[in-house]
Order: sequence, then C-alpha cells, then structure tokens
Amino acid sequence: MTKVLTDARSIRIKGRSFLAVVLSPDLPFDDWLARLDDLASRSAGFFLGRPVVLDVTDLPIDRAQLKDLVGELAKRNVTIMGVEGARPSILGPGMPPALKGGRPVSDDAVAKEPIIELHNAPAKPVVESRPAPQSIIIREPVRSGQSVIFPEGDVTVIGSVASGAEIIAGGSIHIYGTLRGRAMAGSVGNAAARIFCRKLEAELLAIDGIYKMAEDMAPDLRGRSVQLWLEGESIMAEKLI
Amino acid sequence: MGKVIVVTSGKGGVGKTTSSAALGAALAQRGEKVVVVDFDVGLRNLDLVMGAERRVVYDLVNVIQGEAKLTQALIRDKRLETLFLLPASQTRDKDALTPEGVELVMAELKRVFDWVICDSPAGIERGATLAMRHADMAVVVTNPEVSSVRDSDRIIGLLDSKTLKAERGERMEKHLLLTRYDPNRAERGDMLKVEDVLEILSIPLIGIIPESMDVLRASNIGAPVTLADARSAPAMAYFDAARRLAGEVLPITIPGEKRGLFGKIFGRRAA
Repeated sequence: MTKVLTDARSIRIKGRSFLAVVLSPDLPFDDWLARLDDLASRSAGFFLGRPVVLDVTDLPIDRAQLKDLVGELAKRNVTIMGVEGARPSILGPGMPPALKGGRPVSDDAVAKEPIIELHNAPAKPVVESRPAPQSIIIREPVRSGQSVIFPEGDVTVIGSVASGAEIIAGGSIHIYGTLRGRAMAGSVGNAAARIFCRKLEAELLAIDGIYKMAEDMAPDLRGRSVQLWLEGESIMAEKLI
Repeated sequence: MGKVIVVTSGKGGVGKTTSSAALGAALAQRGEKVVVVDFDVGLRNLDLVMGAERRVVYDLVNVIQGEAKLTQALIRDKRLETLFLLPASQTRDKDALTPEGVELVMAELKRVFDWVICDSPAGIERGATLAMRHADMAVVVTNPEVSSVRDSDRIIGLLDSKTLKAERGERMEKHLLLTRYDPNRAERGDMLKVEDVLEILSIPLIGIIPESMDVLRASNIGAPVTLADARSAPAMAYFDAARRLAGEVLPITIPGEKRGLFGKIFGRRAA
C-alpha cells in the first residue's frame, strides 16, 4: 500500500557544505594583526569575498576584546561569518554566530586554494570534503537530546531513536528499533535517499529537504514497519511486511 | 574501594531524594558502611528526609572550599550506625561546587565507605553533571509517565557521555528504578505500562516502588521509608532493589499483578 504524504508545494530546507578559512588569532592581537597585515600586503585580496571563521578556542578574551578584533578585521575587509570555540557569554546580538563541529581537512583537499602561511602561525584552511560514499552503524539506542549527523552517507541504528533525538544523514537512514524522534535523510541533496524503520512513531521525517510532521502521517502507518522515499516533491510511504 | 552510585532522573519530583535515603538505609541495614551525599546545593532536602536537619553544622560546600574537614561535615544516623549523611549547603548555589573539589571529596569517601550514594539535583546542569561525574553505576529514577521517561532518556545519554567512566571508554552500569507506580491507574491504562517504559529506556530494571502513603508519612517523620516502616510495600520494594544493586538476582514483581478477581473489583471501586 502506497500513500502520498505531502502537498505538491512545501518548504525546502537543506544542509550544504561550504569551504571556510579559519583564522586562529593569538594574543596580543596587535602583533597578530601586524602579521596579518604583512600577509595581506603580499597577497592582496586573499580574504575578499571568502567566508572566514574566527577560532578563539582557549583564548582568555572578553566580549569587548572580541568585538574590537572583529572590528579591526572588518577594517581590513575580512568579514567574519562565525566564531568557533567562544564562550556563549562573549557572543550575542551584533556579533557573528557561534559555530561548532568544524573538521580539519588534509592539505591536498585545499590544493586549489592558494597556500599561504603566516609567520609562526599558519592559517588553517578548513573545508568540508566530499569523500566516497560511506556509512556508520550505531549499536546503541540514540537517546533524547542526542543528534547523529553524518552528511557523508548512510546511518544505521541498531536500537531505537528516542523522542527528542535526531538522525541527519546524507544518505539513507535505517532504524532497527522504534523511530520516535526525527529522521532526515538525503540532507545534502540526495533525492534517492530512503528512511527505513522497524516501528514508526516519528516526530518528523524529511528526505532531501521535504519535511513531514507526525500529524501529517497516515494514522495506519503508526507503530508499523515502514519505508519512506521521495517521488518528485512527495514523500511516499509503504508498510514493510 | 567503595562503589559510587548516582541517583538521577532529569525531571524533578520523581523521587530521587526519597530513593537515595531509602536505598542508603536499606544497604546500611545489611551492615555495609554507607554515605548519602546531597548534591542539591541551594535546595537541600535529604537532611529532612533523613531526619538530620537540626544536626547540620558543616556541609559539602564547606568541605570543598576547605572550611571544614570531611569528618566534621559527615552526620551519623541516630538509628543506624553505618549510615552517614553529607548534607548540601542551603545558602549557596550550584556554582559553589568545583570539579576539583568534588573529585577530592569523592576520592576520600570511596576510601572510607562501601557505598557512596549521590543524590542528584533535577536538571542537566552543573549540579547534576557533577553528581554523576564520578559514579560507578547509576540509578535512574523514573515515574511511569511520558515526560519523566523522556527526561530519563536524556539523562541516560549524559551518563554515557559526560561521566569519567564514559570518557575513559568504559560502560556505565545503569539501572531503572520505577517509582510512584500506581496499580489502579496502570489497570485503567492511564499510566505507562512497565514494559513500555522498559522498551523506551532499554536499561535493566532494579525495582518498582508502588505509590503509597507510607512514603509521604516516612518523609514527614524524617526517616527513610526502609527505616520508618520496614514491612510496608514501598520499603520491601526498596530492600529488594538494594539487594539487586549489591549484585543479587531476584525476580521482579509488578505491584498489583498478583491480585485476584476480588482484589481487582475492590481496586477499581477504591480508585
């Protein structure tokens, strides 16, 4: 039995990876800015139009110092899109948003970018790479409040996904247990991704950015083994067994 | 070396303090040396439930800040000589707890006692995470209703990630203690069933404590229910849970399931 679960038009929300340059300033900022100016004079426009993330992990600075630094960088046409490793108390309105979960990449992944090194303190360029298809297996229940985010491929959970937990996969999602939380498959733009679960009690389902809330799901699918996939702009569902 | 148990739940009002006191007194009645530590700095209750509120001179925060020795802060129970209480401070807040201070206190308590029972505050913030940090095993107190179950699920996730044991890559032993279980309401189906809670949380069950006036009465006279009325249904359930904590294997009975037809009719009418 197949059911159309979505209207023709719905809101699309997708995840996407971008290349960002990460700057890790060190104290005192005056010296570091002087070195940055030196770099900029040798490579005009290196930061122009580039997303730049500021990594302030372990730096003992307060809000005013961070604001000054962001201002100094703006004067040099370096726009900060996010701050990594900052205490929430030193961020706030008017400041770039906090970022986390950045992953370092190998140098060859950024080979097409000009490789420039600062004296003493090399800038650490970071990109989200697109490796070959992968999968991960989680052998324990995913508890409320936990997120499993795996843009690289499939996620298999041997156990249940609790209410208030979420799985976000670049590929398909397989739950050998009850799916009570959220499952978002094909999150980086993969319309062929599917969601499978042994027992459907989900709060929210999404494939390739097409979302469906619990109340929009056919009641006879609840508590059943179900697979879901995308046809055009509609999430389709079918009972397994 | 003693074992450190954290009694935790996420949600408030489910019976953490009652259970900490009852399990502590039950273990102490086996002749083992037990200390119950109140981590609820600013909202302490354990001293009341254990009937020691007039005997608190120094507390956990005094010890952590070096203002008192551990032996000065420990209060010996008047009824059980192997049962001790380490009270929380009522005039401070959770920020007075430092990770280093808690570590020192726990190390010292583990050396002296067979069981260190940490009564966690509600929530998932500093007090709760410090209470669970040094635990060898956890008792997750849950009521048979959806919000309590989901909060417990969240806490189990934290037990598996934020504790020293988890950070060392070891497995935290977790036990479910289902409290305030009402057989009448379970029969009518307006409470989660035991098997549903177990299916959602998927950790082993160490006891089902029936909802009972005996628990409230014990709190009001300032005695753990396992001391106030050792023959009451909740006390017996706590004694069994304590034996299971100590490693014994006992079958678990669901309250109300053994009743015959007469009992069922009576139960319905009473509700």
